[in-house]
Amino acid sequence: MINFLFKGLLRDKSRSFFPIIIITLIVSIIIFFSGFLNGVYNSLFLNTAILNSGHVKVVTHAYNLEHQLLPNDLALLDVNSLVGKLENKYKEYTWTPRITFAGLLDVPDENGETLSQSPVIGLGIDFLSKKSKQLDIWDLDKKIIKGSLFNKKNQVLLSEKLSNRLQIFSGDIVTFIGATMYGGFTTYNLTVSGVFDLNLGPIDKDMMIIDFSGAQNILDMEDAASEILGYDKKLFFSDNSTVEIRDEFNSQYSDSSDVYRPFMLALRDSNQMGTIVDFSNVIMSIILGLFLIVVTLVLWNMGIMSGLRRYGEIGMRLAIGETKGHVFKSMIVESVIIGFFGSIVGTTLGILLTSYLQKVGIDYSKGIDSLNSSNFAMPNIFYPQVTPDLFYIGFIPGILATVFGTMLAGRAIYKREMAQLFKELET
Amino acid sequence: MINKYIVFTLVSFLFNQDITVDEIIKKIDFNLNSKNRVIESKMIVHGRRTSRTIEAKNWIIGTNKAFTEYMSPPREAGSKMLKLDDKLLTYSPQTDRIIQISGHMLRQSVMGSDMSYNDIMEDKPLDELYIAKLEGIEYIDERKCYVLFLESKVDGISYPKRREWVDSEYFLPIKEELYAKSGKLLKSTSMDGIKKIKDRWFPSRFLFKDELKKNTKGTEWIIDSIEFDVQIPEILFSKSNLRK
Repeated sequence: MINFLFKGLLRDKSRSFFPIIIITLIVSIIIFFSGFLNGVYNSLFLNTAILNSGHVKVVTHAYNLEHQLLPNDLALLDVNSLVGKLENKYKEYTWTPRITFAGLLDVPDENGETLSQSPVIGLGIDFLSKKSKQLDIWDLDKKIIKGSLFNKKNQVLLSEKLSNRLQIFSGDIVTFIGATMYGGFTTYNLTVSGVFDLNLGPIDKDMMIIDFSGAQNILDMEDAASEILGYDKKLFFSDNSTVEIRDEFNSQYSDSSDVYRPFMLALRDSNQMGTIVDFSNVIMSIILGLFLIVVTLVLWNMGIMSGLRRYGEIGMRLAIGETKGHVFKSMIVESVIIGFFGSIVGTTLGILLTSYLQKVGIDYSKGIDSLNSSNFAMPNIFYPQVTPDLFYIGFIPGILATVFGTMLAGRAIYKREMAQLFKELET
Repeated sequence: MINKYIVFTLVSFLFNQDITVDEIIKKIDFNLNSKNRVIESKMIVHGRRTSRTIEAKNWIIGTNKAFTEYMSPPREAGSKMLKLDDKLLTYSPQTDRIIQISGHMLRQSVMGSDMSYNDIMEDKPLDELYIAKLEGIEYIDERKCYVLFLESKVDGISYPKRREWVDSEYFLPIKEELYAKSGKLLKSTSMDGIKKIKDRWFPSRFLFKDELKKNTKGTEWIIDSIEFDVQIPEILFSKSNLRK
């Protein structure tokens, strides 16, 4: 029977070609729109992940309780070994140690005495080690507006706001004043290699970036780190998977009362991020849900129209003795075949388009530049994301809506009176 | 007038007071301050994970000039600190820089200890900074102590209020609580190992505790040797001496 229906569909283009084209177009749009929303969602959290939280991060339990004070005396020890374990166990994540610290930046005059000072928040990030992916993740080259990235551990990048405030630029020497991991007084001369602008409002107001090895040296933190950040290798944020690995990791230490035990935090566990993640999830679901309802109605309508268009043909088939049930069943199977093929082609096209834009991105620079007066941290380029749900989401309206539309139109088959059929066919 | 006399008599009777508050304060200042002194000491900072010992030598003239050289551990060895009136300068050989500690940095801890730079700066006699009143008499380790409550009479000092338990024999505050203006407890100190050095009593061990730090075990300051009223060359208290 399916073979027979196939032949019918191939020979009557009006029953197959146009419906498949419509379904393909609509499914492609669904796939791309869904991928675009995934991309926007991901981009919104990427800056937070890069700057503060990673997609997940590991700290000591004690550090987590006082994290706002940047208590490096409670830092993770044996970091190389712990990073190795995380890399082996959670292979879908890139793991990198980081030191976050605070202190003063002191600018000397020509006699080497204090000319000006400013409080500073320092990030020690692993940019210089060979296997590090941090340069790609930070995309720092595009954020450096003067000078260049450091290549030595005694060099530093300053934010544009800090550099302007202290009137120091590439090549100048500044002294960091702070406390070591053990509380000792530390001073360290750093050469400014460049100036960056993260374009994220006041977040980088007092920020300086040095290499992780430099921070270890300054703060006497050999084989220690404030935190180990984990990034999904595709830089894709999935709230569910971060929560899953957090729970799984922390369950290993649930019996321990050691305050220095490693403790994993998902991105949603960072400051107020849980609320923002939940809010974004709801908004994204509502937008996608409304869009799915609209396209489902369109396809449903198409199913009804194509069923009604065949009113005469159905009457003929009933008149020559085909049962109502058989006619209804054959129409449903036909709509399943059309919906299936349309969905496959639409899904393929949608995923190809999304994959392409995932690589090149959609540049919103001009639109974002007009928002520069606000401090809202928005990325300039959105990258749509191909996620597993894109491989099946198009089939929901593609097949189901078409079939339901046909079923609704097919109700008319059962309302036809056999005695009236020939009269109808005569006219 | 008669009422005031009765109250004074009653208070004197209750506390069995044979000394006035001003005399107590003057005796404390005499014991703890001197024209000049040279101290060799070690500071044991009990961190949350480890303890560190920092050895230093201090040269002090009055309350306005102090020079400190750190001798160990190796990371801190060679660092120097110079106090000139209300200025505090530090030198570290790693950077070969003289850095002035000022502003909020003065509230930071010295070498990770429970003492702040302000604590070092504000070592003027109590008599110049506070008005004291006697709250009562208590016994600590079976030793009679006068309990004094001091309120600042000058603006801008780190501890506008303090309560001291002053040993009635040594006239040293063997226990002390330092408060903010609001009454919040900021630090507590204690001292022991009291010895007679020349004509004054002086402790050989102080314990400082920053009450704002969670789970701190405090910082011990152990006086290995102390010499009072010795000749200290003025040149020691010059900026150029920091680099030597």
